[in-house]
Amino acid sequence: MSKVGTDRVKRGMAEMQKGGVIMDVVNAEQAKIAEEAGAVAVMALERVPSDIRAAGGVARMADPTIVEEVMNAVSIPVMAKARIGHIVEARVLESMGVDYIDESEVLTPADEEYHLNKKEYTVPFVCGCRNLGEATRRIGEGASMLRTKGEPGTGNIVEAVRHMREVNAQVRKLVNMSEDEVMTYAKDIGAPYEVLLQIRESGRLPVVNFAAGGVATPADAALMMQLGADGVFVGSGIFKSDNPANFAKSIVEATTHYEDYELISKISKGIGTAMEGLEMSTLAPEDRMQDRSF
Amino acid sequence: MVRIGVLGLQGAIQEHVRSIETTGAETVVIKRTDQLADIDGLVIPGGESTTMRRLIDKYDFFEALRHFGEQGYPIFGTCAGLILLAKEIEGQDQAHLELMDMTVERNAFGRQRESFEATLAIQGVADDFEAVFIRAPYITQVGSDVEILATYQDKIVAAQQGHYLCSAFHPELTDDDRLAAYFVDMVKNIKGIKQ
Repeated sequence: MSKVGTDRVKRGMAEMQKGGVIMDVVNAEQAKIAEEAGAVAVMALERVPSDIRAAGGVARMADPTIVEEVMNAVSIPVMAKARIGHIVEARVLESMGVDYIDESEVLTPADEEYHLNKKEYTVPFVCGCRNLGEATRRIGEGASMLRTKGEPGTGNIVEAVRHMREVNAQVRKLVNMSEDEVMTYAKDIGAPYEVLLQIRESGRLPVVNFAAGGVATPADAALMMQLGADGVFVGSGIFKSDNPANFAKSIVEATTHYEDYELISKISKGIGTAMEGLEMSTLAPEDRMQDRSF
Repeated sequence: MVRIGVLGLQGAIQEHVRSIETTGAETVVIKRTDQLADIDGLVIPGGESTTMRRLIDKYDFFEALRHFGEQGYPIFGTCAGLILLAKEIEGQDQAHLELMDMTVERNAFGRQRESFEATLAIQGVADDFEAVFIRAPYITQVGSDVEILATYQDKIVAAQQGHYLCSAFHPELTDDDRLAAYFVDMVKNIKGIKQ
């Protein structure tokens, strides 16, 4: 008999995305540009993060019409965002046949205390993380894929770098621990003990971890790959640049060949102007999307 | 000792490396066409076939891969790799490498929520193979030279045509390395004949 929605099937889907770029799109036309450029998947949403930031107010799941339009436009997988803890938004996206749900801090959280119990769904979930505690709590809840939170919609890579380095440094620390120390470490970082034991045993996270939140150039994408990302999400960085098709293609290439600096220099030449960036110190605490969940 | 390449443009590359290495063969991740000269066989992994095709074109792999196959070197394509090998794709005017005489349908079992695991019998490999299908294709038609190795609900999900092998599922995602071992044996036999 066949089984759907198993860990292998849900995590395996993310394995197939490795080495690739997942792009935020708001309509069919953008989805086609992304597919044409070689994106491994698209994230269908109503507004890219920088526009969400500019608009303020409450950001919710996209209108299903947009999601459907994108699903009909491309043959690559389509992801969509649900608010943190919003059971119904997630179920609606699942019922539409979306391939992956991002339980995302880019949208205004629906629940400030609890995330979704993602184990109960057939559709797989990706969640953001800033450190190993957050990463393993999300895995414990059933996330099948992780991404750094970074700081979405800023075009500033600094937070994504911080989060990728932090998670990987903590994995290395854990791997070198004696088993006696793991329970206290689990208590200290608020991590599920069993998940930590598994990571210590295998030497790596049990799910794929992409970079997200601030990627604006081919060099940013390659930097995140070099820091150990399995792939890259680009939100505002493509369709807020002045030449989306060029940026999309160049970011895909830089992600594949992240150690080929001559190539990255070649594809970065004259591609146009990147999105405008934001300095972290100009963000008020309440505007930091990464601090919206724990 | 045989040396097997895993096409390293995008997808589940490390999983195939791990799976092939458990059989004792040496592996190398192929990112440039000149690396094809140093291997005895090639795995085209799962991933996104449209993405891989873009990168294949971009880095001049198209003719190089076709030439590699036409010289008689074994190629094993899984999922997206199977799509790249097929001569025809349902609903598309153009296929990709066109090395195997078969027609495939993309995402034929449905979207991600329909993705599944099932136990399969694979001819010459195993009676109880745990197969993981992810937005998987299947083969709708095969030419007379193509041997069907496995079916699931009457759909063709694994096949062989001489030195070409393909599966719609992902053997690299489980610890069952018997299909990888079958491919490594194919590579060993052909290398033996070539020498």
